[in-house]
Amino acid sequence: MKEQLVQAIADMEEDQAMELTEAMLAADVDPQEILDACREAMTIVGQRYEAGEYFLPELVIAGDMLTAIGDRVKPLLQSQTAGSNKLGTVVIGTVEGDIHDIGKDIVGFMLDVNGFEVVDLGVDVPAAEFVGKIREVSPQVVALSGFLTLAFDQMKATVDAISEAGLRDSVHVMIGGAIMDESVRSYIGADAYGADATAAVKLAQGWTGGK
Amino acid sequence: MTPNDNKAPEQLYAERVKRIKDVVALRTPDQVPVFGPYQLFPYLYSGVTFKQAMNDYAAARRACRKFADDFQPDADFGPILAYPAKPMETLGLKWFKWPGHGLGDNTIYQFVEGEYMTADEYDEFIYDPSDFMLTKWVPRSFAGLEAFASFPTQRRMMWSGWMGLGAFASEEMQESFRIAVEAGKQVNEWWASIGEYNADTVARGFPVAYAAFDWPPFDIIGDTLRGTRGILADMRRHPDKLLQTMEIATKIFVEYGSGAAGADLPLCWIWVHKGTRNFMSDEQFNTFYWPFLREGIVALIDKGIIPMVYWEADIESRLEHIVDIPKGKAIYHIAQTDIAKAKAVLGDTVCLMGNVPNSTLLTGTPDDVKAYCKMAIDVAGKDGGFIMDAAVMLDEAKPENVKAMFDFTREYGVYR
Repeated sequence: MKEQLVQAIADMEEDQAMELTEAMLAADVDPQEILDACREAMTIVGQRYEAGEYFLPELVIAGDMLTAIGDRVKPLLQSQTAGSNKLGTVVIGTVEGDIHDIGKDIVGFMLDVNGFEVVDLGVDVPAAEFVGKIREVSPQVVALSGFLTLAFDQMKATVDAISEAGLRDSVHVMIGGAIMDESVRSYIGADAYGADATAAVKLAQGWTGGK
Repeated sequence: MTPNDNKAPEQLYAERVKRIKDVVALRTPDQVPVFGPYQLFPYLYSGVTFKQAMNDYAAARRACRKFADDFQPDADFGPILAYPAKPMETLGLKWFKWPGHGLGDNTIYQFVEGEYMTADEYDEFIYDPSDFMLTKWVPRSFAGLEAFASFPTQRRMMWSGWMGLGAFASEEMQESFRIAVEAGKQVNEWWASIGEYNADTVARGFPVAYAAFDWPPFDIIGDTLRGTRGILADMRRHPDKLLQTMEIATKIFVEYGSGAAGADLPLCWIWVHKGTRNFMSDEQFNTFYWPFLREGIVALIDKGIIPMVYWEADIESRLEHIVDIPKGKAIYHIAQTDIAKAKAVLGDTVCLMGNVPNSTLLTGTPDDVKAYCKMAIDVAGKDGGFIMDAAVMLDEAKPENVKAMFDFTREYGVYR
């Protein structure tokens, strides 16, 4: 049944995925196995997205399925298996003054399904909050998102604040958002910019030695 | 001293209108037109905060006046994009944040994503869009108009319908009406300011850059009704309902745009939001997005309107599809799309507009801007069919870079 569940999720068969989840629980399958199936399925979803076969609608639906199955299954777990072999930690957020979250959410989702621990600070995040979180979780990667031109200066201020806190050498900084490009990267003093979620994953993998 | 200084405003006006109509018709104009929609830039440039511009209409007009005088755009947007804060506050508008309401003073208003229509309400919308909007969407959108949820259903007014008018007697309904009246007066003040500005700008020789604003049928439903996540998922979860709704939205699209008919420069700006490749596959685009937008564009063209389609982000994979419109009748504004590729596919059909990177305008030098403009004119403007503009609406930018875009285009972009 586990293989069927992986297929159902990967193929966007929402009803079937929920039915299989219930059937597995009824048959006393270990809830952890159901979550493993979700993870396998998300890897396939991620691959199809990277291949240009899936787009945002499929990521939205995959995310909804993951939440629905998680909500059903997680309370039944005997013990939470703690952070198993994560590739690294990424602190992500949309910079202060900008409340756009869709691009940030896709990047966070893709990093997550590719094995990163993702700490999402949300939108309209002040530089000081990034700095505080970096101190707290010591990430390898900081991902700054922004949709508006105002984000250029906000991102620069954020990178400057990270430097002033003496943390710049401990993290790799990537930026993303509709109008970001190489000239913006250099203006901000980030290490790289990614044109899409796939690029963001490759950058993070490169920096953490994953794949 | 520019060549324009010796000309009467009427002459400048006529030349500018002709210049833009020439490029739309794919005829060679006298020079490459240069103008665009500006959000924050005119205010930042003139030292007026955006919060001020949204509250003090005279300050907004002064800022735009200075911008137009200094940069001489071929068509003038004026202060229309500085939305009026007062009625937004009076109404308690929920799906925007703006300066003073959740955002800083020099920040453009931003949309608050949400489902202002739920997935199970498609049937209700399809049955009676107006009643749905009045009794569901309006109360969810405006805190001050929540009582409209009990607005009597107008489609049942015949015969004994008037006996249901008791809903108007409630305290809550009277309060909502009071708020609607107050907001209406405030909106009228703003429109009067816009009208005053436009009359003045025409008298100074600038055509008004817009005659109507419009949104693709998919975005009419996706933006403020279903929300981005909602409508994207609906393509898989509720494809039939969505397609049915698109037919209604196409009619609403034509209604929005039809106001442009008869203007000197009948430009209808169509703001494309979710049609780009970041949001959906080509197949989804060709099923849910493009057929309805295309139908609407053709309907506007039939009314003598010039559709100005504002294609944000990268639309390279869409080019082969969107070329299918009547020749010489529309403008496609491009952003991150490679201009040479766009010209190669669209050049014989539609006038292109764009796409100086906003990053260059903010972080580059005047020489960087000139280099891009030269490339763009060489590639896209050979015999016309091209308008110079920033890639996306101008907010923060270095004034000398913006000046370089205008001046260089007028200097290098002359057809002899």
